[in-house]
Amino acid sequence: MAGPDLTLDPAGVPAHGPAAVAPVEDRRIFVASQWQLTWWRFRKHRVAVVSGMVVIGFYLVVLGADFLAYADPNASEAQRSLMPPQSIHWFDGWRLSPHVYAVKGVRDQQSFRRVYREDPSQKIPVRFFAQGFEYRWLGLIPTTRHLIGVDGGRDGTQTIFLLGTDVQGRDLWSRLMYGTRISLTIGLIGVTMSLFLGVVLGGLSGFYGGLADTVIQRIIEILRSIPTIPLWMGLAAALPRHWTILQVYFAITIIISLLAWTELARVVRGRFLTLREEDFVVSARLVGCSQMRTIFVHMVPSFMSHIIAATTLALPAMIISETALSFLGLGLRPPAISWGVLLQQAQNVQTVAISPWLMLPAVPVIIVVMAFNFLGDGLRDAADPYGR
Amino acid sequence: MTELSSLPRQVLLRVAGLQKLFPIRKGLLKRTVGHVRAVDGVDFHIDEGETLGLVGESGCGKTTTARCILRAIEPTAGEVFMRVRDGSVIEMGQLRPSELRALRREMQMIFQDPFTSLNPRMTLLDLVGEPLLVHGMKSGREREERVADLLRSVGLRPEYMRRFPHAFSGGERQRIGIARALALHPRLVVADEPVSALDVSVQAQILNLLVDLQAEFQLTYLFVAHDLSVVRHISNRVAVMYVGRIVELATTTELFTTPKHPYTAALLSAAPEPDPRIRSRRIVLEGEVANPAAPPSGCYFHPRCAYAIDRCRTEAPAWREVSPAHFVACHRAQELQLAGVD
Amino acid sequence: MAVDSKGALTAAPRETLLSVRNLKTYFPQDEGTVKAVDGVSFDLYPGGTLGIVGESGCGKSVTARSILGIVDRPGRIVEGEIHFRRRAIDGGAEADRMVDLATLAPNGPEMRAVRGAEIALIFQEPRSSFSPVHTIGNQIDEVIMLHQQLDRRQAREKTIEMLRRVGVSSPEERVNQLSNQLSGGLRQRAMIAMALSCNPSLLIADEPTTALDVTTQTQILALMRQLQQEDGMAIMLITHDLGVIAEMARDVAVMYLGRVVEQAPVDEIFHAPRHPYTQALLRSIPRIRSGPRERLTPIAGSVPHPYDRPSGCPFHPRCPEFMPGTCDRQAPSLRLVGDQHAVSCFLYE
Ligand SMILES: Nc1ncnc2c1ncn2[C@@H]1O[C@H](COP(=O)(O)OP(=O)(O)OP(=O)(O)O)[C@@H](O)[C@H]1O
Ligand SMILES: Nc1ncnc2c1ncn2[C@@H]1O[C@H](COP(=O)(O)OP(=O)(O)OP(=O)(O)O)[C@@H](O)[C@H]1O
Ligand code: SF4
Ligand SMILES: [Mg+2]
Ligand SMILES: [Mg+2]
Repeated sequence: MAGPDLTLDPAGVPAHGPAAVAPVEDRRIFVASQWQLTWWRFRKHRVAVVSGMVVIGFYLVVLGADFLAYADPNASEAQRSLMPPQSIHWFDGWRLSPHVYAVKGVRDQQSFRRVYREDPSQKIPVRFFAQGFEYRWLGLIPTTRHLIGVDGGRDGTQTIFLLGTDVQGRDLWSRLMYGTRISLTIGLIGVTMSLFLGVVLGGLSGFYGGLADTVIQRIIEILRSIPTIPLWMGLAAALPRHWTILQVYFAITIIISLLAWTELARVVRGRFLTLREEDFVVSARLVGCSQMRTIFVHMVPSFMSHIIAATTLALPAMIISETALSFLGLGLRPPAISWGVLLQQAQNVQTVAISPWLMLPAVPVIIVVMAFNFLGDGLRDAADPYGR
Repeated sequence: MTELSSLPRQVLLRVAGLQKLFPIRKGLLKRTVGHVRAVDGVDFHIDEGETLGLVGESGCGKTTTARCILRAIEPTAGEVFMRVRDGSVIEMGQLRPSELRALRREMQMIFQDPFTSLNPRMTLLDLVGEPLLVHGMKSGREREERVADLLRSVGLRPEYMRRFPHAFSGGERQRIGIARALALHPRLVVADEPVSALDVSVQAQILNLLVDLQAEFQLTYLFVAHDLSVVRHISNRVAVMYVGRIVELATTTELFTTPKHPYTAALLSAAPEPDPRIRSRRIVLEGEVANPAAPPSGCYFHPRCAYAIDRCRTEAPAWREVSPAHFVACHRAQELQLAGVD
Repeated sequence: MAVDSKGALTAAPRETLLSVRNLKTYFPQDEGTVKAVDGVSFDLYPGGTLGIVGESGCGKSVTARSILGIVDRPGRIVEGEIHFRRRAIDGGAEADRMVDLATLAPNGPEMRAVRGAEIALIFQEPRSSFSPVHTIGNQIDEVIMLHQQLDRRQAREKTIEMLRRVGVSSPEERVNQLSNQLSGGLRQRAMIAMALSCNPSLLIADEPTTALDVTTQTQILALMRQLQQEDGMAIMLITHDLGVIAEMARDVAVMYLGRVVEQAPVDEIFHAPRHPYTQALLRSIPRIRSGPRERLTPIAGSVPHPYDRPSGCPFHPRCPEFMPGTCDRQAPSLRLVGDQHAVSCFLYE
């Protein structure tokens, strides 16, 4: 029906256009979906990409904590209390053969402290995929293989302590692996719960408005007006002492996700409110879309990416909360292992001065929090690829 | 219902006493302290197959009128009658949500901004096919064929079906919006400033397309615009709005050549014309458009009107037919000799 | 306008106020370089009004900003000359002299002395041209004190006088208001008062009425004409509205995709246009005096994306006169085809 003067081409190239311009069909950007565009934009954000890989790395540790550990995290031995980190010697002469020296502990006669001496004559070879304590891989397959280990690691005749030991002589590296598992899953579960609450309540509030909105907004305001730290401390301190590790774990998760959902609910509500007035949502209603279709086909996908970014930015706060609570002795308690529990041992200045390696669990905390923040920033910038 | 069924058969839509007040909320408790009288008692009808132009300055309530008619927003008062395909007449305010959804087949909207009115996450196929899908065309093959036809009829290549809107320029997106509006073969199309966001050099393409499609699909248009030359070009009749009310309504030629309302005359003289040889003597109005939250007493136009008399300040002028099919709301409509264009 | 041996416009002759030659302002971006202004040339005479007309994105605002040295980063003038006739210093010891604004440091002392005082700008967005946290009175005072040796009291008096001149009622009260308390029309009047407070010899008005209603637009345009008659400044009026151009301008430069395609006196632009783009544009716009429902003659295609500027003549993909092998190979230059009429098109080479 359009006359020849109306035949159009998106690139502005008419039939008689120059051959120099690439044929329009080749432009993959024209058929790129939202997620592709977001990914292309995210990819340009170098720091965020690296941070993303770091985060993935940490969650691989969560999956493979028992494989990466080489000693039972709870096996204590007074004879090895506060042993410093051992360094791996990679070469024996010119031959590649990683090994550590055996360590002998003796009590210093003046200070009555145990001091450890390496014995270079006694080399303990470090083996990859070595036999160690038994565990179930991914909770399913029983195995005794570990990434590294030493011969005789199974019965404890030979030992290796990459990051040293704590007061009770437990291997810090292995404990760190298990701590990572707990600390990172607590954040993840917490964020999932707040996401669920935030999206459902924020969505109700934003889409229906009226009374539902008023009630939910007031609840959010009240929750946000309570100072966070005393609230957490109060709630955590109120947990019954006799609860099992698992019960405490879930209780703490609920406590730290209590406040995070309000932020997400606000984001979701705000998005719903602005989206409700957007032309394309009005258009969806006018062509006769049902309410469900309007919400789930038009509105939700257009703020999904924002929600993912907001969630990523909320995670580090959760991780820090757990660490802080446990550090103060209000969160997880031994025998549970988390970063906060590990750092509890470094509370005493004197201990830290003598055994500085006890501070090492702070390093992953810092790295993970920074990585999540950079990743979240990158995601947030890439979240709306249609910004004009 | 009875009202409209007694009207001539050619009437497709009748709007009676349409009003939309937006509450102004203030303070912590969000108490209503007043109302924006966005649309304040509007009456008109549209005949089948004609184009009614609705002009007025920014904020006078054109978009609100259009959206109330389509029930995108709920009017505060007033009735909208529509003659549906089987010839019966319905009042839209009395429809249940499901009936209203079914009625969407008969009336559609073209939006002003082609960048915000298309969901950027959907391909052309999904965008243009969505009305078909939600109204029961479940077969993907069938839909694809229909979409291809529609794209062709708005001057786009059907091969572009898998592309997303971001691959297209403003004018092309507006064509997509038009194809989406026409997918269900509506009879009434409300076009809210469909060309004002477009590049000057593509406006003519879209205007021609709208005229062609009207003939091809027997469409009836309510064409909202603020540009008088566009309105003159496309409309059979024109209604002029000022602060929520229609002040004059007449056939296009009559309104442009012999306006009866002082505001229409001022609007006509203010329209800048692309010809330096007719730098006409402009009517420069004093002051600015009245605030719809606190409109003046009497005739809303009186503070700016050069012809205002005492009566204008106190009494709102009635809506009168001064000559056949020429309606004006002005106390002095019959005595004033106002200049139009040419 | 002067022409060199090759027929291209040459350096400005003596009487021009502003003479832009082959100005190029580029924005390097990740996705490619946006050639926002790509070889613009035009002349502007003292006391005259030059209308710059073109569609959205053709580089009108960037041209204006280049003249004033306020191009947003990462944009940069990469080539070209902007000759501006500076005012004689009081006392007449020094005559008028031409400076090339393109070579001045954007924030150097000379540019700062020119900007605001000798060349004033009215922005496209009236909302963003005033700060929302200071009263409009204080903001106008600041501008006056920056360029003139006046103290705060004198500056305030001048502000009130200027506001009265631009038709703001009860200016003594308005000076204490914030810009968002003013209506669009009043805000634009205040903007004009601020721009004219230092008595500039050139006023660049970037779409001064686009955000306004037609009846308010008429008021503002009438005001600008009246002030021009009183003060004798030159106006560079940027707009996409051919109606406003026809109403206001003495000369017109038509821009398309970063280039001036035609410059001529206003009557010739509208009644004897030479460039195919100007001709097509004038044919395509609906007229208020046309018969109802007349068919329009549209321009084919659409404005290309800024990253995808066509080679050769930027208009060639949409041009009805397109000559394969010529128009898509090289870019035509702006040449005189009449007394004051310059066109950039191979039809006239
Ligand atoms: N959702 C809303 N809430 C409050 N006021 C509103 C709302 N929508 C519109 N208004 C007000 O109603 C009046 C009419 O608005 P409307 O959008 O109908 O004007 P319009 O004629 O379409 O103007 P424009 O030419 O700018 O599109 C305006 O004063 C506007 O501020
Ligand atoms: N800060 C910037 N960064 C990148 N590109 C820019 C920037 N400012 C302008 N541009 C580009 O330069 C081109 C010209 O812009 P400009 O603002 O001069 O257009 P215009 O003619 O004033 O249009 P309008 O009528 O919309 O105001 C556009 O394609 C725009 O995308
Ligand atoms: S009623 Fe009075 S004030 Fe209103 S337009 Fe007519 S003459 Fe003017
Ligand atoms: Mg509107
Ligand atoms: Mg601009």
